[in-house]
Amino acid sequence: MKISATVTLKKEVLDPQGKVVSQTLKDMGYNNVINVRQGKYFDIELDENNKEKAKKIAEEICKKLLTNVVIEDYTIDLK
Amino acid sequence: MKSSVIVFPGSNCDRDVAVALEKFQIKNQMVWHDETNLPKSDLVILPGGFSYGDYLRTGCIASKSKIINDVIKHGKNGGLILGICNGFQILIETGLLSGVLLRNKKLRFLSKNVFLKVIDVNNKFCLNYKKKDIIELPIAHNEGNYFANEEQIKKLEDKNLVAFKYCDEKGDINKNVNPNGSSNNIAGILNDRKNILGMMPHPERLIDPLLSGEDGSLMFESLIKS
Repeated sequence: MKISATVTLKKEVLDPQGKVVSQTLKDMGYNNVINVRQGKYFDIELDENNKEKAKKIAEEICKKLLTNVVIEDYTIDLK
Repeated sequence: MKSSVIVFPGSNCDRDVAVALEKFQIKNQMVWHDETNLPKSDLVILPGGFSYGDYLRTGCIASKSKIINDVIKHGKNGGLILGICNGFQILIETGLLSGVLLRNKKLRFLSKNVFLKVIDVNNKFCLNYKKKDIIELPIAHNEGNYFANEEQIKKLEDKNLVAFKYCDEKGDINKNVNPNGSSNNIAGILNDRKNILGMMPHPERLIDPLLSGEDGSLMFESLIKS
């Protein structure tokens, strides 16, 4: 099963890279850009066909390794 | 006193620390990250560098390496652990120290000398700073912006777990001398039992007049006293 996980900084954590990207876009003329938050994306291939089990493993992977739960949030998508 | 310096792929301050330990007659061993048993040690040092190329998050992969279980056990049993720079980032990722180290506020790698105020001298690493509490040490990092929620910061301050803060040459702690955006100018913190210290500045780089100063020596002298 293929799983995608997106990791982003929590809303209350300052994201200087996102801020710079946002400002650059505005400088480029995209005046309707309100805000940009930068994150990380992971494609995970899992040898598990049971959706529930796969989701549980993915959650565990995210909590134990892919995110620092103090400052980051994650979302999981099963394909 | 016996020490172990843990070496990860990408560590680059390991030999500097070893030289410093040797200078103060601490019997040191280098321990490769792939080992599973920590040799008998009073002090474990996680050195600076770029362990595992800073992949995923700084210190993250190192915090899952084979030797780390024994390092955590050593710390939980009250053994001394000193994490310098990347070592501090690794300690944070293991959960032995609280909070996180974000990218420097201005997104620049910083390599320069900074002034530090020694905030807590009642721990085995800083005893000798009683005689000199404003010191100068080098920093060299990209992720040294210490961040924790208000409650955690309050706990660190109330329980005297902040070891060092960035200050000016007179010891004044203010925003203008905060190099990386750290909460409350924090440069180094201790755990509750004060046997684990994580710090961004590099004491091992100032242990000889030839290296332009000896403010780092005071830490190693404190350790051999303990």
